[in-house]
Amino acid sequence: MSTIALNTSSAVGKAAAGNAEAPVRIAVRDLNFYYGDFRSLKDINLDFYDRQVTALIGPSGCGKSTLLRTFNRIYSLYPEQRADGEILLDGQNVLSPSIDVNELRARVGMVFQKPTPFPMSIYDNIAFGIKLYERLPKSELDGRVEEALRKAALWDEAKDKLRQSGMSLSGGQQQRLCIARTIAQKPEVILLDEPTSALDPISTGKIEELIEQLRAEFTIVIVTHNMQQAARISQFTAFMYLGELVEFGPTTKMFMKPSKKQTQDYITGRFG
Amino acid sequence: MVALSQERLVSSTDAPVRRFSPPTFDRIFRFASLASALLVLIVLLGIIGSMIYGGWPAFSEFGLSFITSSVWNVNEDQYGAWVAIVGTLTTALIALVIGVPLSLGIAIFLTQLCPPWLKRPVATTIELLAAVPSIIYGMWGLFVFAPLFAKYVQIPVSNIVEGMPIIGTILYARTPSGVGILTAGIILAIMIIPFIASIARDILDQIPSVLRESAYGIGCTTWEVVRNVLVPQAGVSIIGAIMLGLGRALGETMAVTFVVGNANRLSGSLFDPGSTIASRIANEFNEAIGLQLNALMALGCILFLVTFTVLVLARLLVSRVKVG
Repeated sequence: MSTIALNTSSAVGKAAAGNAEAPVRIAVRDLNFYYGDFRSLKDINLDFYDRQVTALIGPSGCGKSTLLRTFNRIYSLYPEQRADGEILLDGQNVLSPSIDVNELRARVGMVFQKPTPFPMSIYDNIAFGIKLYERLPKSELDGRVEEALRKAALWDEAKDKLRQSGMSLSGGQQQRLCIARTIAQKPEVILLDEPTSALDPISTGKIEELIEQLRAEFTIVIVTHNMQQAARISQFTAFMYLGELVEFGPTTKMFMKPSKKQTQDYITGRFG
Repeated sequence: MVALSQERLVSSTDAPVRRFSPPTFDRIFRFASLASALLVLIVLLGIIGSMIYGGWPAFSEFGLSFITSSVWNVNEDQYGAWVAIVGTLTTALIALVIGVPLSLGIAIFLTQLCPPWLKRPVATTIELLAAVPSIIYGMWGLFVFAPLFAKYVQIPVSNIVEGMPIIGTILYARTPSGVGILTAGIILAIMIIPFIASIARDILDQIPSVLRESAYGIGCTTWEVVRNVLVPQAGVSIIGAIMLGLGRALGETMAVTFVVGNANRLSGSLFDPGSTIASRIANEFNEAIGLQLNALMALGCILFLVTFTVLVLARLLVSRVKVG
Protein backbone atom coordinates (compact mmCIF):
# COMPACT_ATOMS: atom_id res chain seq x y z
CA MET A 1 0.00 0.00 0.00
CA SER A 2 1.28 3.41 -0.88
CA THR A 3 1.54 6.32 1.53
CA ILE A 4 -1.47 8.03 0.02
CA ALA A 5 -3.61 5.05 0.82
CA LEU A 6 -2.28 5.03 4.36
CA ASN A 7 -3.12 8.70 4.80
CA THR A 8 -6.63 8.25 3.55
CA SER A 9 -7.16 5.24 5.73
CA SER A 10 -6.47 7.33 8.81
CA ALA A 11 -8.89 9.95 7.50
CA VAL A 12 -11.55 7.33 6.99
CA GLY A 13 -11.54 6.65 10.69
CA LYS A 14 -13.03 10.09 11.38
CA ALA A 15 -16.15 9.67 9.27
CA ALA A 16 -18.87 7.49 10.68
CA ALA A 17 -19.01 4.08 9.09
CA GLY A 18 -21.51 3.64 6.27
CA ASN A 19 -24.88 2.48 7.42
CA ALA A 20 -26.28 0.13 4.83
CA GLU A 21 -29.33 -0.38 7.03
CA ALA A 22 -30.49 3.14 6.14
CA PRO A 23 -33.44 3.23 3.74
CA VAL A 24 -32.70 3.89 0.07
CA ARG A 25 -33.54 7.48 -0.88
CA ILE A 26 -32.54 7.49 -4.52
CA ALA A 27 -32.45 4.36 -6.64
CA VAL A 28 -30.84 4.60 -10.06
CA ARG A 29 -31.95 1.88 -12.46
CA ASP A 30 -30.43 1.18 -15.89
CA LEU A 31 -29.59 4.83 -16.42
CA ASN A 32 -28.12 5.84 -19.76
CA PHE A 33 -27.21 9.39 -20.68
CA TYR A 34 -26.54 10.94 -24.05
CA TYR A 35 -24.87 14.15 -25.19
CA GLY A 36 -26.27 14.17 -28.72
CA ASP A 37 -25.13 10.78 -30.02
CA PHE A 38 -22.44 10.26 -27.41
CA ARG A 39 -23.42 7.84 -24.65
CA SER A 40 -21.78 9.18 -21.52
CA LEU A 41 -23.44 7.01 -18.87
CA LYS A 42 -23.81 3.31 -19.43
CA ASP A 43 -26.43 1.26 -17.58
CA ILE A 44 -25.85 2.76 -14.17
CA ASN A 45 -27.47 0.96 -11.23
CA LEU A 46 -26.85 2.52 -7.87
CA ASP A 47 -28.57 3.21 -4.54
CA PHE A 48 -28.17 6.29 -2.38
CA TYR A 49 -28.99 5.87 1.29
CA ASP A 50 -31.05 8.21 3.43
CA ARG A 51 -29.03 10.72 5.47
CA GLN A 52 -25.69 9.39 4.31
CA VAL A 53 -23.02 11.18 2.30
CA THR A 54 -22.19 9.42 -0.93
CA ALA A 55 -19.11 10.52 -2.83
CA LEU A 56 -18.83 10.09 -6.59
CA ILE A 57 -15.19 9.79 -7.63
CA GLY A 58 -13.37 9.08 -10.84
CA PRO A 59 -11.16 10.79 -13.40
CA SER A 60 -12.41 13.81 -15.41
CA GLY A 61 -14.97 12.83 -18.01
CA CYS A 62 -15.98 9.63 -16.21
CA GLY A 63 -19.57 10.82 -15.94
CA LYS A 64 -19.79 11.57 -12.21
CA SER A 65 -21.00 15.15 -12.71
CA THR A 66 -23.32 13.97 -15.46
CA LEU A 67 -24.85 11.46 -13.06
CA LEU A 68 -25.31 14.16 -10.43
CA ARG A 69 -26.98 16.44 -12.96
CA THR A 70 -29.63 13.85 -13.77
CA PHE A 71 -31.00 13.83 -10.20
CA ASN A 72 -32.53 17.30 -10.47
CA ARG A 73 -32.81 17.17 -14.27
CA ILE A 74 -30.71 20.30 -14.61
CA TYR A 75 -29.33 18.76 -17.82
CA SER A 76 -32.72 19.32 -19.46
CA LEU A 77 -31.81 23.01 -19.90
CA TYR A 78 -29.77 21.77 -22.85
CA PRO A 79 -31.91 20.29 -25.61
CA GLU A 80 -29.17 17.99 -26.95
CA GLN A 81 -28.84 16.15 -23.64
CA ARG A 82 -31.15 13.30 -22.64
CA ALA A 83 -31.39 10.47 -20.17
CA ASP A 84 -33.24 7.17 -20.18
CA GLY A 85 -33.78 4.63 -17.46
CA GLU A 86 -35.17 5.35 -14.02
CA ILE A 87 -34.15 7.50 -11.10
CA LEU A 88 -36.49 6.75 -8.24
CA LEU A 89 -36.64 9.43 -5.57
CA ASP A 90 -38.74 7.94 -2.79
CA GLY A 91 -40.10 5.55 -5.36
CA GLN A 92 -41.10 8.25 -7.83
CA ASN A 93 -39.31 8.35 -11.19
CA VAL A 94 -37.85 11.84 -11.60
CA LEU A 95 -37.17 11.23 -15.29
CA SER A 96 -40.87 10.82 -15.95
CA PRO A 97 -42.29 13.61 -18.14
CA SER A 98 -45.14 14.14 -15.68
CA ILE A 99 -42.74 15.39 -12.98
CA ASP A 100 -42.79 19.16 -12.37
CA VAL A 101 -39.08 19.93 -12.73
CA ASN A 102 -39.27 23.17 -10.76
CA GLU A 103 -40.79 21.40 -7.80
CA LEU A 104 -38.27 18.59 -8.20
CA ARG A 105 -35.42 21.10 -8.00
CA ALA A 106 -36.79 22.51 -4.77
CA ARG A 107 -36.77 18.95 -3.38
CA VAL A 108 -33.32 18.17 -4.76
CA GLY A 109 -31.03 21.12 -4.09
CA MET A 110 -27.73 21.65 -5.91
CA VAL A 111 -24.50 23.49 -5.13
CA PHE A 112 -22.02 24.11 -7.93
CA GLN A 113 -18.23 24.20 -8.46
CA LYS A 114 -18.11 27.95 -8.18
CA PRO A 115 -20.02 30.06 -5.68
CA THR A 116 -23.03 31.57 -7.45
CA PRO A 117 -24.61 34.23 -5.25
CA PHE A 118 -27.56 35.87 -6.96
CA PRO A 119 -27.34 39.63 -7.63
CA MET A 120 -29.29 40.57 -4.50
CA SER A 121 -28.70 41.00 -0.78
CA ILE A 122 -27.54 38.17 1.45
CA TYR A 123 -30.99 38.04 3.01
CA ASP A 124 -32.76 37.96 -0.35
CA ASN A 125 -30.42 35.29 -1.68
CA ILE A 126 -31.98 32.95 0.84
CA ALA A 127 -35.49 34.40 1.07
CA PHE A 128 -35.86 34.30 -2.72
CA GLY A 129 -35.69 30.52 -2.87
CA ILE A 130 -38.11 30.10 0.04
CA LYS A 131 -40.61 32.54 -1.43
CA LEU A 132 -40.74 30.60 -4.69
CA TYR A 133 -42.64 27.81 -2.95
CA GLU A 134 -43.94 29.12 0.35
CA ARG A 135 -45.90 32.19 1.27
CA LEU A 136 -44.73 33.15 4.74
CA PRO A 137 -45.27 36.19 6.96
CA LYS A 138 -42.20 38.39 7.30
CA SER A 139 -41.34 37.26 10.83
CA GLU A 140 -41.42 33.59 9.89
CA LEU A 141 -39.36 34.28 6.76
CA ASP A 142 -36.78 36.07 8.91
CA GLY A 143 -36.63 33.01 11.11
CA ARG A 144 -36.13 30.69 8.17
CA VAL A 145 -33.34 32.86 6.78
CA GLU A 146 -31.58 32.90 10.15
CA GLU A 147 -32.02 29.16 10.56
CA ALA A 148 -30.52 28.50 7.13
CA LEU A 149 -27.58 30.81 7.76
CA ARG A 150 -26.95 29.18 11.15
CA LYS A 151 -27.03 25.71 9.63
CA ALA A 152 -24.61 26.86 6.96
CA ALA A 153 -22.30 28.25 9.66
CA LEU A 154 -22.54 31.71 8.15
CA TRP A 155 -24.82 33.46 10.63
CA ASP A 156 -22.10 34.95 12.84
CA GLU A 157 -20.24 36.37 9.85
CA ALA A 158 -23.31 37.63 7.99
CA LYS A 159 -25.84 38.69 10.63
CA ASP A 160 -24.70 42.32 10.64
CA LYS A 161 -24.77 42.72 6.88
CA LEU A 162 -27.85 40.88 5.71
CA ARG A 163 -28.78 43.84 3.49
CA GLN A 164 -25.44 43.89 1.71
CA SER A 165 -24.94 42.26 -1.65
CA GLY A 166 -24.15 38.57 -1.68
CA MET A 167 -21.13 39.44 -3.82
CA SER A 168 -19.56 41.31 -0.90
CA LEU A 169 -18.76 38.00 0.84
CA SER A 170 -15.50 36.10 0.37
CA GLY A 171 -15.42 33.05 -1.92
CA GLY A 172 -15.78 30.56 0.93
CA GLN A 173 -18.57 32.58 2.52
CA GLN A 174 -20.32 32.82 -0.85
CA GLN A 175 -20.25 29.06 -1.17
CA ARG A 176 -21.73 28.68 2.32
CA LEU A 177 -24.37 31.22 1.28
CA CYS A 178 -25.21 28.97 -1.67
CA ILE A 179 -25.48 26.00 0.70
CA ALA A 180 -27.69 28.07 3.02
CA ARG A 181 -29.86 29.02 0.05
CA THR A 182 -30.25 25.35 -0.81
CA ILE A 183 -31.05 24.11 2.70
CA ALA A 184 -33.47 26.98 3.31
CA GLN A 185 -35.82 25.29 0.86
CA LYS A 186 -35.81 22.20 3.09
CA PRO A 187 -34.86 19.81 0.30
CA GLU A 188 -34.68 16.05 0.74
CA VAL A 189 -31.45 15.64 -1.17
CA ILE A 190 -28.48 17.96 -1.61
CA LEU A 191 -26.24 17.56 -4.64
CA LEU A 192 -22.76 19.04 -4.37
CA ASP A 193 -20.77 19.30 -7.60
CA GLU A 194 -17.12 19.77 -6.56
CA PRO A 195 -18.21 22.41 -4.04
CA THR A 196 -14.70 23.20 -2.80
CA SER A 197 -12.73 23.13 -6.04
CA ALA A 198 -12.59 26.95 -6.20
CA LEU A 199 -11.85 27.46 -2.50
CA ASP A 200 -8.76 27.73 -0.32
CA PRO A 201 -7.96 24.99 2.25
CA ILE A 202 -9.47 26.84 5.21
CA SER A 203 -12.77 27.49 3.44
CA THR A 204 -12.69 23.90 2.21
CA GLY A 205 -12.32 22.69 5.79
CA LYS A 206 -15.34 24.71 6.86
CA ILE A 207 -17.49 23.35 4.04
CA GLU A 208 -16.44 19.80 4.90
CA GLU A 209 -17.39 20.29 8.54
CA LEU A 210 -20.68 21.68 7.38
CA ILE A 211 -21.39 18.66 5.17
CA GLU A 212 -20.67 16.44 8.15
CA GLN A 213 -23.35 18.29 10.15
CA LEU A 214 -25.90 18.45 7.37
CA ARG A 215 -25.86 14.69 7.08
CA ALA A 216 -28.13 14.50 10.11
CA GLU A 217 -30.95 16.01 8.07
CA PHE A 218 -30.27 15.52 4.39
CA THR A 219 -29.23 12.87 1.93
CA ILE A 220 -26.06 14.19 0.34
CA VAL A 221 -24.36 13.30 -2.92
CA ILE A 222 -21.00 14.92 -3.58
CA VAL A 223 -18.83 14.84 -6.67
CA THR A 224 -15.20 15.38 -5.82
CA HIS A 225 -11.78 15.12 -7.42
CA ASN A 226 -10.17 15.13 -4.03
CA MET A 227 -9.74 11.57 -2.79
CA GLN A 228 -8.90 12.70 0.74
CA GLN A 229 -12.10 14.69 0.81
CA ALA A 230 -14.14 11.69 -0.27
CA ALA A 231 -12.47 9.61 2.45
CA ARG A 232 -12.98 12.30 5.10
CA ILE A 233 -16.63 13.15 4.60
CA SER A 234 -18.47 10.32 2.91
CA GLN A 235 -19.98 7.10 4.18
CA PHE A 236 -20.36 5.58 0.73
CA THR A 237 -18.23 5.97 -2.35
CA ALA A 238 -18.94 5.17 -5.96
CA PHE A 239 -16.02 4.95 -8.36
CA MET A 240 -16.83 5.64 -11.99
CA TYR A 241 -14.74 5.25 -15.09
CA LEU A 242 -15.62 6.01 -18.74
CA GLY A 243 -19.33 6.31 -18.04
CA GLU A 244 -19.57 3.09 -16.09
CA LEU A 245 -19.93 2.40 -12.40
CA VAL A 246 -16.85 0.36 -11.50
CA GLU A 247 -17.40 -0.14 -7.80
CA PHE A 248 -19.68 1.03 -5.04
CA GLY A 249 -19.46 0.40 -1.33
CA PRO A 250 -18.93 1.82 2.13
CA THR A 251 -16.14 4.40 1.97
CA THR A 252 -14.03 2.53 4.53
CA LYS A 253 -14.05 -0.59 2.43
CA MET A 254 -13.53 1.31 -0.86
CA PHE A 255 -10.40 2.97 0.46
CA MET A 256 -9.01 0.16 2.59
CA LYS A 257 -9.89 -2.94 0.61
CA PRO A 258 -11.36 -2.19 -2.80
CA SER A 259 -12.44 -5.30 -4.61
CA LYS A 260 -11.49 -4.12 -8.12
CA LYS A 261 -7.93 -3.43 -9.20
CA GLN A 262 -9.06 -0.36 -11.18
CA THR A 263 -10.44 1.21 -8.01
CA GLN A 264 -7.28 0.46 -6.11
CA ASP A 265 -5.13 1.98 -8.86
CA TYR A 266 -7.19 5.16 -8.95
CA ILE A 267 -7.34 5.59 -5.19
CA THR A 268 -3.62 5.10 -4.80
CA GLY A 269 -2.94 7.59 -7.57
CA ARG A 270 -1.61 5.18 -10.14
CA PHE A 271 -3.86 6.66 -12.82
CA GLY A 272 -6.49 9.32 -13.36
CA MET B 1 12.60 30.46 -36.64
CA VAL B 2 13.21 34.16 -36.55
CA ALA B 3 15.98 33.87 -34.02
CA LEU B 4 17.59 31.17 -36.09
CA SER B 5 17.65 33.15 -39.32
CA GLN B 6 18.92 36.23 -37.56
CA GLU B 7 21.73 34.22 -36.08
CA ARG B 8 22.69 33.00 -39.49
CA LEU B 9 22.58 36.57 -40.80
CA VAL B 10 24.92 37.75 -38.09
CA SER B 11 27.38 34.98 -38.65
CA SER B 12 27.43 35.34 -42.44
CA THR B 13 28.13 39.08 -42.53
CA ASP B 14 30.30 41.20 -40.33
CA ALA B 15 27.54 43.57 -39.15
CA PRO B 16 23.80 43.13 -39.57
CA VAL B 17 22.34 45.89 -41.75
CA ARG B 18 19.00 47.44 -40.96
CA ARG B 19 17.29 50.18 -42.88
CA PHE B 20 16.25 52.03 -39.71
CA SER B 21 17.99 51.84 -36.43
CA PRO B 22 15.37 50.59 -33.95
CA PRO B 23 15.31 53.73 -31.78
CA THR B 24 14.54 55.93 -34.79
CA PHE B 25 11.79 53.67 -35.97
CA ASP B 26 10.37 53.52 -32.46
CA ARG B 27 10.29 57.28 -32.25
CA ILE B 28 8.50 57.63 -35.59
CA PHE B 29 6.03 54.95 -34.58
CA ARG B 30 5.34 56.62 -31.26
CA PHE B 31 4.82 59.98 -32.93
CA ALA B 32 2.50 58.53 -35.57
CA SER B 33 0.26 56.81 -33.04
CA LEU B 34 0.18 59.90 -30.81
CA ALA B 35 -0.76 62.03 -33.82
CA SER B 36 -3.61 59.67 -34.71
CA ALA B 37 -4.97 59.90 -31.20
CA LEU B 38 -4.61 63.68 -31.07
CA LEU B 39 -6.27 64.10 -34.48
CA VAL B 40 -9.59 62.80 -33.11
CA LEU B 41 -9.40 65.20 -30.21
CA ILE B 42 -8.57 68.12 -32.48
CA VAL B 43 -11.42 67.31 -34.87
CA LEU B 44 -13.85 67.07 -31.96
CA LEU B 45 -12.71 70.35 -30.44
CA GLY B 46 -12.84 71.93 -33.90
CA ILE B 47 -16.43 70.85 -34.39
CA ILE B 48 -17.52 72.11 -30.96
CA GLY B 49 -15.63 75.37 -31.50
CA SER B 50 -17.11 76.12 -34.89
CA MET B 51 -20.61 75.19 -33.72
CA ILE B 52 -20.38 77.59 -30.79
CA TYR B 53 -18.81 80.27 -33.00
CA GLY B 54 -21.55 79.85 -35.62
CA GLY B 55 -24.35 79.73 -33.06
CA TRP B 56 -23.10 82.60 -30.93
CA PRO B 57 -24.96 85.42 -32.72
CA ALA B 58 -28.27 83.60 -32.10
CA PHE B 59 -27.46 83.01 -28.43
CA SER B 60 -26.45 86.63 -27.87
CA GLU B 61 -29.47 87.96 -29.80
CA PHE B 62 -32.12 85.92 -27.93
CA GLY B 63 -30.33 84.98 -24.71
CA LEU B 64 -32.02 82.33 -22.60
CA SER B 65 -35.28 82.79 -24.50
CA PHE B 66 -33.65 81.00 -27.43
CA ILE B 67 -34.15 77.84 -25.42
CA THR B 68 -37.45 78.64 -23.72
CA SER B 69 -39.24 80.32 -26.61
CA SER B 70 -41.39 78.21 -28.87
CA VAL B 71 -41.58 80.77 -31.65
CA TRP B 72 -39.65 79.90 -34.81
CA ASN B 73 -40.54 82.51 -37.40
CA VAL B 74 -38.20 82.87 -40.36
CA ASN B 75 -40.02 85.92 -41.81
CA GLU B 76 -39.65 87.92 -38.62
CA ASP B 77 -36.21 86.48 -37.78
CA GLN B 78 -37.50 85.23 -34.41
CA TYR B 79 -36.00 81.93 -33.28
CA GLY B 80 -36.69 79.76 -30.26
CA ALA B 81 -35.67 76.12 -29.82
CA TRP B 82 -38.25 74.87 -27.32
CA VAL B 83 -40.48 73.06 -29.84
CA ALA B 84 -37.53 71.21 -31.33
CA ILE B 85 -36.06 70.33 -27.93
CA VAL B 86 -39.38 68.95 -26.71
CA GLY B 87 -39.82 67.06 -29.98
CA THR B 88 -36.36 65.54 -29.73
CA LEU B 89 -36.85 64.38 -26.16
CA THR B 90 -40.40 63.14 -26.73
CA THR B 91 -39.60 61.10 -29.83
CA ALA B 92 -36.53 59.60 -28.15
CA LEU B 93 -38.55 58.75 -25.05
CA ILE B 94 -41.27 57.08 -27.12
CA ALA B 95 -38.58 55.14 -28.96
CA LEU B 96 -37.19 53.86 -25.65
CA VAL B 97 -40.61 53.04 -24.19
CA ILE B 98 -41.42 50.92 -27.23
CA GLY B 99 -37.94 49.75 -28.17
CA VAL B 100 -36.42 48.69 -24.83
CA PRO B 101 -39.00 46.04 -23.85
CA LEU B 102 -38.97 44.63 -27.38
CA SER B 103 -35.16 44.57 -27.48
CA LEU B 104 -34.90 42.87 -24.11
CA GLY B 105 -37.58 40.41 -25.17
CA ILE B 106 -35.58 39.59 -28.29
CA ALA B 107 -32.34 39.22 -26.33
CA ILE B 108 -33.96 37.00 -23.71
CA PHE B 109 -35.66 34.88 -26.34
CA LEU B 110 -32.42 34.42 -28.27
CA THR B 111 -30.32 33.51 -25.25
CA GLN B 112 -32.77 31.54 -23.10
CA LEU B 113 -35.69 30.16 -25.05
CA CYS B 114 -34.85 29.96 -28.71
CA PRO B 115 -34.43 26.45 -30.16
CA PRO B 116 -30.93 26.19 -31.66
CA TRP B 117 -32.10 25.95 -35.28
CA LEU B 118 -33.97 29.25 -35.03
CA LYS B 119 -31.17 31.19 -33.35
CA ARG B 120 -29.18 32.07 -36.43
CA PRO B 121 -32.09 33.22 -38.62
CA VAL B 122 -33.48 35.50 -35.90
CA ALA B 123 -30.07 36.90 -34.96
CA THR B 124 -29.24 37.59 -38.61
CA THR B 125 -32.56 39.33 -39.18
CA ILE B 126 -31.92 41.61 -36.21
CA GLU B 127 -28.48 42.45 -37.52
CA LEU B 128 -29.89 43.18 -40.98
CA LEU B 129 -32.31 45.60 -39.38
CA ALA B 130 -29.27 47.60 -38.25
CA ALA B 131 -27.92 47.61 -41.80
CA VAL B 132 -31.00 49.28 -43.32
CA PRO B 133 -30.06 52.88 -44.22
CA SER B 134 -32.08 55.45 -42.31
CA ILE B 135 -33.40 57.01 -45.55
CA ILE B 136 -35.14 53.69 -46.25
CA TYR B 137 -36.82 53.81 -42.85
CA GLY B 138 -37.87 57.37 -43.64
CA MET B 139 -39.39 56.48 -47.01
CA TRP B 140 -41.08 53.38 -45.68
CA GLY B 141 -42.35 55.36 -42.71
CA LEU B 142 -43.80 58.13 -44.86
CA PHE B 143 -45.24 56.16 -47.77
CA VAL B 144 -46.21 52.85 -46.17
CA PHE B 145 -46.43 53.15 -42.41
CA ALA B 146 -47.94 56.63 -42.03
CA PRO B 147 -51.07 56.04 -44.18
CA LEU B 148 -51.77 52.74 -42.42
CA PHE B 149 -51.12 54.34 -39.04
CA ALA B 150 -53.57 57.16 -39.87
CA LYS B 151 -56.28 54.80 -41.05
CA TYR B 152 -56.06 52.07 -38.44
CA VAL B 153 -54.74 53.89 -35.37
CA GLN B 154 -55.08 57.66 -35.47
CA ILE B 155 -58.68 57.87 -36.70
CA PRO B 156 -60.19 55.10 -34.53
CA VAL B 157 -58.27 56.17 -31.42
CA SER B 158 -59.20 59.83 -31.95
CA ASN B 159 -62.86 58.86 -32.24
CA ILE B 160 -62.73 56.94 -29.00
CA VAL B 161 -60.82 59.41 -26.85
CA GLU B 162 -62.44 62.59 -28.15
CA GLY B 163 -63.68 64.70 -25.29
CA MET B 164 -61.96 62.69 -22.56
CA PRO B 165 -59.77 64.61 -20.12
CA ILE B 166 -55.98 64.45 -20.68
CA ILE B 167 -56.02 61.33 -22.89
CA GLY B 168 -58.44 63.16 -25.20
CA THR B 169 -55.67 65.70 -25.77
CA ILE B 170 -52.64 63.44 -25.89
CA LEU B 171 -54.10 60.91 -28.31
CA TYR B 172 -56.30 63.14 -30.45
CA ALA B 173 -55.41 63.84 -34.07
CA ARG B 174 -56.80 67.08 -35.46
CA THR B 175 -55.57 66.17 -38.92
CA PRO B 176 -55.00 62.42 -39.08
CA SER B 177 -52.23 62.40 -41.67
CA GLY B 178 -50.22 59.59 -40.13
CA VAL B 179 -47.10 61.67 -39.61
CA GLY B 180 -46.28 63.15 -36.23
CA ILE B 181 -44.36 62.76 -33.00
CA LEU B 182 -45.66 59.27 -32.22
CA THR B 183 -44.95 58.03 -35.74
CA ALA B 184 -41.40 59.32 -35.49
CA GLY B 185 -41.03 57.65 -32.10
CA ILE B 186 -42.23 54.31 -33.50
CA ILE B 187 -39.85 54.48 -36.47
CA LEU B 188 -37.01 55.38 -34.09
CA ALA B 189 -37.94 52.42 -31.89
CA ILE B 190 -37.55 50.09 -34.87
CA MET B 191 -34.20 51.70 -35.63
CA ILE B 192 -32.75 51.33 -32.14
CA ILE B 193 -34.01 47.78 -31.53
CA PRO B 194 -31.14 46.02 -33.33
CA PHE B 195 -28.55 47.99 -31.32
CA ILE B 196 -30.04 47.39 -27.91
CA ALA B 197 -31.08 43.82 -28.70
CA SER B 198 -27.72 42.67 -30.00
CA ILE B 199 -25.74 44.25 -27.15
CA ALA B 200 -28.19 42.91 -24.57
CA ARG B 201 -27.89 39.48 -26.16
CA ASP B 202 -24.09 39.59 -25.89
CA ILE B 203 -24.35 40.67 -22.26
CA LEU B 204 -26.75 37.85 -21.40
CA ASP B 205 -24.55 35.37 -23.24
CA GLN B 206 -21.59 36.40 -21.11
CA ILE B 207 -23.30 35.55 -17.83
CA PRO B 208 -21.70 32.29 -16.64
CA SER B 209 -24.00 29.35 -17.31
CA VAL B 210 -23.41 28.10 -13.77
CA LEU B 211 -25.29 31.12 -12.39
CA ARG B 212 -28.20 30.36 -14.67
CA GLU B 213 -28.10 26.71 -13.68
CA SER B 214 -28.09 27.52 -9.99
CA ALA B 215 -31.13 29.74 -10.43
CA TYR B 216 -32.95 26.92 -12.20
CA GLY B 217 -31.44 24.66 -9.54
CA ILE B 218 -33.53 26.16 -6.74
CA GLY B 219 -36.65 25.65 -8.79
CA CYS B 220 -37.08 28.95 -10.62
CA THR B 221 -39.16 29.10 -13.76
CA THR B 222 -37.58 30.70 -16.82
CA TRP B 223 -39.40 33.95 -16.06
CA GLU B 224 -38.09 33.98 -12.49
CA VAL B 225 -34.55 33.22 -13.64
CA VAL B 226 -34.62 36.06 -16.16
CA ARG B 227 -36.44 38.56 -13.99
CA ASN B 228 -34.66 37.98 -10.67
CA VAL B 229 -31.21 36.75 -11.61
CA LEU B 230 -30.10 37.32 -15.20
CA VAL B 231 -31.38 40.86 -15.79
CA PRO B 232 -30.20 42.19 -12.38
CA GLN B 233 -26.85 40.48 -12.97
CA ALA B 234 -26.56 42.19 -16.36
CA GLY B 235 -28.14 45.39 -14.96
CA VAL B 236 -25.45 48.00 -15.36
CA SER B 237 -24.40 46.82 -18.80
CA ILE B 238 -28.01 46.74 -19.99
CA ILE B 239 -28.33 50.42 -19.03
CA GLY B 240 -25.27 51.03 -21.19
CA ALA B 241 -26.95 49.30 -24.12
CA ILE B 242 -30.10 51.38 -23.64
CA MET B 243 -28.04 54.58 -23.51
CA LEU B 244 -26.44 53.70 -26.81
CA GLY B 245 -29.91 53.36 -28.31
CA LEU B 246 -30.97 56.66 -26.75
CA GLY B 247 -27.95 58.41 -28.24
CA ARG B 248 -28.94 57.17 -31.66
CA ALA B 249 -32.58 58.12 -31.19
CA LEU B 250 -31.71 61.68 -30.14
CA GLY B 251 -29.51 62.40 -33.12
CA GLU B 252 -31.29 60.44 -35.85
CA THR B 253 -32.09 62.83 -38.67
CA MET B 254 -33.18 61.43 -41.99
CA ALA B 255 -35.93 59.02 -41.00
CA VAL B 256 -37.36 61.44 -38.47
CA THR B 257 -37.40 64.32 -40.94
CA PHE B 258 -39.62 62.20 -43.20
CA VAL B 259 -42.22 61.22 -40.63
CA VAL B 260 -42.25 63.83 -37.87
CA GLY B 261 -44.31 66.33 -39.86
CA ASN B 262 -41.95 69.29 -39.37
CA ALA B 263 -44.40 71.59 -37.63
CA ASN B 264 -43.07 74.60 -35.80
CA ARG B 265 -45.70 74.74 -33.10
CA LEU B 266 -46.06 72.94 -29.83
CA SER B 267 -48.97 70.55 -29.50
CA GLY B 268 -50.28 68.52 -26.61
CA SER B 269 -51.08 65.60 -28.87
CA LEU B 270 -48.65 62.83 -29.80
CA PHE B 271 -50.57 62.41 -33.07
CA ASP B 272 -49.79 65.97 -34.15
CA PRO B 273 -46.81 66.87 -36.29
CA GLY B 274 -43.82 68.36 -34.54
CA SER B 275 -40.12 68.60 -35.17
CA THR B 276 -36.86 67.57 -33.64
CA ILE B 277 -33.60 69.49 -33.52
CA ALA B 278 -32.06 67.28 -36.18
CA SER B 279 -35.08 67.42 -38.47
CA ARG B 280 -35.30 71.22 -38.15
CA ILE B 281 -31.65 71.61 -39.13
CA ALA B 282 -31.97 69.16 -42.02
CA ASN B 283 -35.08 70.95 -43.31
CA GLU B 284 -33.83 74.50 -43.23
CA PHE B 285 -30.09 74.37 -43.66
CA ASN B 286 -30.20 74.53 -47.43
CA GLU B 287 -31.82 77.96 -47.64
CA ALA B 288 -30.70 79.45 -44.35
CA ILE B 289 -28.80 82.72 -44.34
CA GLY B 290 -27.85 85.26 -41.70
CA LEU B 291 -29.43 84.92 -38.30
CA GLN B 292 -31.40 81.84 -39.35
CA LEU B 293 -28.14 80.02 -40.09
CA ASN B 294 -26.78 81.13 -36.73
CA ALA B 295 -29.94 79.89 -35.05
CA LEU B 296 -29.56 76.48 -36.71
CA MET B 297 -25.95 76.33 -35.55
CA ALA B 298 -27.14 77.17 -32.06
CA LEU B 299 -29.70 74.36 -32.33
CA GLY B 300 -26.82 72.06 -33.19
CA CYS B 301 -25.02 73.19 -30.03
CA ILE B 302 -28.09 72.37 -27.98
CA LEU B 303 -28.40 68.90 -29.53
CA PHE B 304 -24.76 68.37 -28.68
CA LEU B 305 -25.43 69.50 -25.14
CA VAL B 306 -28.52 67.31 -24.79
CA THR B 307 -26.66 64.22 -26.00
CA PHE B 308 -23.77 65.04 -23.72
CA THR B 309 -26.09 65.51 -20.73
CA VAL B 310 -27.76 62.18 -21.43
CA LEU B 311 -24.39 60.46 -21.40
CA VAL B 312 -23.35 62.16 -18.16
CA LEU B 313 -26.65 61.25 -16.50
CA ALA B 314 -26.24 57.70 -17.74
CA ARG B 315 -22.79 57.54 -16.19
CA LEU B 316 -24.09 58.84 -12.87
CA LEU B 317 -26.91 56.32 -12.94
CA VAL B 318 -24.55 53.54 -13.81
CA SER B 319 -22.15 54.39 -10.99
CA ARG B 320 -25.02 54.55 -8.50
CA VAL B 321 -26.19 51.11 -9.55
CA LYS B 322 -22.66 49.80 -9.10
CA VAL B 323 -22.39 51.12 -5.55
CA GLY B 324 -25.79 49.74 -4.53
